[in-house]
Amino acid sequence: MARKVTARHVAISTLAAWLVGFLIFFPILWMVLASFKTELEAFATPPSFLFFHWTTENYATVQERSDYLHHALNSVIIAGGSTLIALLIAVPAAWSMAFSPTKRTKDVLLWMLSTKMMPPVGVLVPIYLIYKNAGLLDTRAGLIFILCLGNLPIVIWMLFTYFKEIPKDILEAARMDGATVGRELIYVLTPMAIPGLASTLLLNLILAWNEAFWTLNLSTLDAAPLTTFIASYSSPEGLFWARLSAASTLAIAPIMIIGWFSQKQLVRGLTFGAVK
Amino acid sequence: MGRITLEGVQKSFGPVHIIKGADLDIADGSFVVFVGPSGCGKTTLLRLIAGLEDVSDGKILIDGKNVVNVPPAKRGLSMVFQSYALYPHMSVRGNIAFGLKMAGLPKDEINRKVEAAAATLNLTPYLDRKPRELSGGQRQRVAIGRAIVREPKAFLFDEPLSNLDAALRVQMRLEVTRLQKQLGTTAIYVTHDQVEAMTMADKIVVLNGGKIEQYGSPIELYQKPANLFVAGFIGSPKMNFITGPDAAQRGAATIGVRPEHLNIVGDGQGWPGKVMVAEHLGSDTFLYVDTGAVGTLTVRCAGEKGVKPGDQIALQPDPNRVYRFDGSGNAIAA
Repeated sequence: MARKVTARHVAISTLAAWLVGFLIFFPILWMVLASFKTELEAFATPPSFLFFHWTTENYATVQERSDYLHHALNSVIIAGGSTLIALLIAVPAAWSMAFSPTKRTKDVLLWMLSTKMMPPVGVLVPIYLIYKNAGLLDTRAGLIFILCLGNLPIVIWMLFTYFKEIPKDILEAARMDGATVGRELIYVLTPMAIPGLASTLLLNLILAWNEAFWTLNLSTLDAAPLTTFIASYSSPEGLFWARLSAASTLAIAPIMIIGWFSQKQLVRGLTFGAVK
Repeated sequence: MGRITLEGVQKSFGPVHIIKGADLDIADGSFVVFVGPSGCGKTTLLRLIAGLEDVSDGKILIDGKNVVNVPPAKRGLSMVFQSYALYPHMSVRGNIAFGLKMAGLPKDEINRKVEAAAATLNLTPYLDRKPRELSGGQRQRVAIGRAIVREPKAFLFDEPLSNLDAALRVQMRLEVTRLQKQLGTTAIYVTHDQVEAMTMADKIVVLNGGKIEQYGSPIELYQKPANLFVAGFIGSPKMNFITGPDAAQRGAATIGVRPEHLNIVGDGQGWPGKVMVAEHLGSDTFLYVDTGAVGTLTVRCAGEKGVKPGDQIALQPDPNRVYRFDGSGNAIAA
């Protein structure tokens, strides 16, 4: 028997969904609101929700004190660069594992995933020393390298699952139709893999953009991305909530906008293969 | 031209011997069906001919030329897959044209050929749709269109109708047969459905455990099965097999009687038994009769028979239609 869906059920579940959505969104909303308050109002108890003196002075202060564009550019280069390199390495890797698996493919995949099980702080000291000796501290190249390595297992796993979903029959049909390996790649495989590639790229971009452990520890100024820029507003001499909120809002705005416009792709990517 | 000859073709995957030596001569323009239970190697044999798998031993000749080292596309064959295997990101037109595009034909010629193929298959209104916007039957027709447009030496069909519902399957069966006759192109068709095999084939290859059990026309297979396996596999419902004194009396280890060759006779003759199940199809009546002495027999009576479960009846085989098999299961010549 099909489950009955009454209007009341729909109303309740809609309300519940909005409530959960609002709860998850609330911290971001609060941050944006706080960025328009004065430092005093940002601290006030009870806090005022919407009826306060709106001001943009925090944004001006932030812009005065630090170079937002410099950090934003670093973020773009580091997130974009690490994603691109990770994809360049992951595509052939996932490809060969999906289309010509060996006895050890599963083990290799698990081993890759297992590297994500270790907390990064466990290797902070050795990596820091290596970076120091190699002159990679506070360089964009150094950050691109470490973020690329960090995300590579996830990228390979995601691509592997996409490629596995491409039916072998279609490749064989292309072979019967006279496509060479190169043409099979251009005309059949790549177009079919594009949705998977796109969502992997987006997710990895977001992960790299928000990565805070390595970027905070391995950069100070020259290569510092937006995460370091935010962190510079939590200072030992006391927190300036309003200014910190303004900096955070500025830092997450670009990736939020990208995420908003590509949400369809992202959701499709993350639920891919869950339902046939 | 499309004469395909197999000479001692063998295929192993590691230690598993799938095809244990296949010899076959498929005449140009004929419709040959490979039939057998699942796992018998029929699809593997088809893929060996297609070139999607490499033979472990033996020769495959297409029009007299050994093609075992020729890549699939150069063999001049086209294949229709069970899953259709359409390119999901291309329109129907793109799907049908792909092979021609790969062959480097000029654009206007491709268009002309694609449109001709689409017209043959009633696909013209769908040419600009994507495969996902088509029904199962239409997708299957696109797959067939992709195969015919290349004007191959032979079509290879790998269980192409098994994803369709029963009514559509019967309709497509007719269409495929009609199309093959119209084009006069050799066709090799793999199926596990013996009704499909009997209705479509000029000649049937019955495979079992990687071996060709028999190769012949449908009626030959029905009337003169070479062994127990073919006798049991061809014909529906399945042939009844009887061993013991009744077989020995006729000079055989096993005798086989088709359900349609058992007659209901008066008391005191033949094998008495009790009707367990009666299936009334209108045109036929199938009876499952427990005879005790010779086991459960299936009987097919033409028309409607007023027989109920529990009735006592006696059965006698048509004496000219009793198949005899020796101890190793091979048919004994009449």
